[in-house]
Amino acid sequence: MDILANLALGFSVALSPYTIFLAVCGCFLGTIIGALPGLGPSNGVAILIPITFTLGLDATSALVLMTSVYYGAMYGGRISSILLNIPGDEPALMTTLDGYPMAKAGRAGDALVLSGVASFVGALLATIGLIVLAPTLARVAYLFGPAEYFALYLLAFCTLGGMASNNQAKAALAACIGLGISMIGVDQSSGLPRLTGGSLHLYDGVDFLVAIVGLFAIAEVFFFIESHGKGSAIGVKLGKVTIPWKDIMSTKWTMLRASGVGFIAGILPGAGASLGSFLAYMTEKSIAGPKGGFGTGVPKGVVAPEAGNNAAAGGALVPMLTLGVPGSGTTAVLLALLMTLNITPGPTLFTDRPEVVWGLIASLLIANVVLLLMNVPMVKIFVKILMVPAWVLLPGVTMVSFVGIYSLTGSYFDMLLMIGFGVLGFFLRKLDIPTVPVILGILLGGNMEDALRRAMTLSDGDVLYLFSSPIAIGLWVAAIAGFVAPMFLRGVLKKPQAITD
Amino acid sequence: MASDRYFGLISLITAVAYIAAATQIQTNLFSGEYLPKLFPVMIGVVAAICSLIMLFKPDPDPEWPAARSWASMGIAVVVLAIYAVMLTPLGFIGPTAIAAGILSYQISPRKGPAVLSGLGLSVGLFVLFKFLLGLGNIVAYRVPTPESLWKAISILIPFVGH
Repeated sequence: MDILANLALGFSVALSPYTIFLAVCGCFLGTIIGALPGLGPSNGVAILIPITFTLGLDATSALVLMTSVYYGAMYGGRISSILLNIPGDEPALMTTLDGYPMAKAGRAGDALVLSGVASFVGALLATIGLIVLAPTLARVAYLFGPAEYFALYLLAFCTLGGMASNNQAKAALAACIGLGISMIGVDQSSGLPRLTGGSLHLYDGVDFLVAIVGLFAIAEVFFFIESHGKGSAIGVKLGKVTIPWKDIMSTKWTMLRASGVGFIAGILPGAGASLGSFLAYMTEKSIAGPKGGFGTGVPKGVVAPEAGNNAAAGGALVPMLTLGVPGSGTTAVLLALLMTLNITPGPTLFTDRPEVVWGLIASLLIANVVLLLMNVPMVKIFVKILMVPAWVLLPGVTMVSFVGIYSLTGSYFDMLLMIGFGVLGFFLRKLDIPTVPVILGILLGGNMEDALRRAMTLSDGDVLYLFSSPIAIGLWVAAIAGFVAPMFLRGVLKKPQAITD
Repeated sequence: MASDRYFGLISLITAVAYIAAATQIQTNLFSGEYLPKLFPVMIGVVAAICSLIMLFKPDPDPEWPAARSWASMGIAVVVLAIYAVMLTPLGFIGPTAIAAGILSYQISPRKGPAVLSGLGLSVGLFVLFKFLLGLGNIVAYRVPTPESLWKAISILIPFVGH
């Protein structure tokens, strides 16, 4: 068995006391990051990357730490959704729909445990799916030439834009902002600077970490200044936490179905966890029918989005690892981490550096178990951390972001640029322009252009070469469909709005 | 309505400027004449089209913050910018305490907690980064000279700094 041998290799890398220690730290930190309102997985992972990098951890240790933080944040997001009715990030929005009513009905402890178990099931099944599917997809990815890669990147931007925004033009504009920024710097083939405006600081290009931290973390500070830190008080009481075996047993099929739906949604490049939790919730809602009582605080309504969300988080790793195309905002940040560590995701990763891939997968499995053990008995500790007031938390986050960027580059220019990105992020989010395509554009712009240029060189400038293989045509069709379809489906698939008191 | 139009206009101008800059990209024998310009021009064109759509089909206005919140955010931006240039000449603890304190005050305007969170965060984070995580290049404090201070602050003044 190939898979078992590979897994054994992975565990041999990931099961040292040191890496387990890192996994536990990462899970703990991640859960806190996810639980704190206004500090979701994307910005949590983003502000930790520079610090991890300066710590000088080797690739495997850094990966173990950051993926534990990633999975931990996915678990933690449910805590603020359920107790505060504030989703830590977009995918967690669906959990508030039934989680908060359930907590208000005096079953906060049950809701937390139930969603923890659902997260475990979703993440575990998705990791198994990743183990089975990723090597196969990596083999298919060998068939990809420059034309196919160009179409694939396009597909990622189109589906991401289609799903993430209510306005296609704004999503496409966001992608263009990111791609445009990624073009700045010295051109690799000519060795001449492009679009730097003569500034020497820009010759190296704009570091994506600076952009990520600015757009996610610094922009968040401005939102808190605007709202003056209101709305982060716990409105529900958390009593004794017990394990609701009856509810767990009665929702087991919901968990399995939601995991499947979430995983598939996660695999689609660009679609990601938001779509996963949304589809999982809607599927279960329609299966249960009007008698199911979705939206009033039923266990199934808590379980479905959490399982879907975590399964999608695992599924999103499939295109990220095999093709180098992330499926969600947080996987985009993880891709940034890999690039920082000088690991290039793609089909060759599986053959050239199997210890990294399988070490990562093994650490996902370890992190998942650690998280379940941590989240059920220790949930009260995390609830205590939620009480950190915004006027300590947000300045703290800002200062950590600055230290991270400062210790990475030591340059005032990057810090000023980060503030600029923070301001940009504030306006973009105000105008309902999604920021994830900007990040993705900065991350993938170089590769996308490279694919286009190689395709043009190979074909001697023939544009039709871009549509020359069945795979490329399929990807183009999917890209256009993914971009256009949401315009027509918007009426049918209306997102439920968050409930207000 | 108006917000989207303004943003569309700004991004349209930026996109056109971007296309103009892209056509001026220097090329040489290794890169060919068109390839370094092709993708940037494509991006600029798509961005221009999207900007036009925003201009002619704007969404409803978002809820913009009140004047006081704008002022708070402006202060925050200025403080962070000064913080960014002062981190090198003054070291970590002083600037961090002041910047974190002011930020805290902008989020929740109470003096006592703001001072406490500024001091607590700067010392706490310094201990965390320096001694627990061992990040090398942050220094507790530096005694500034007039030259180093001027050099740092001149960065923020347009056309004077570098």
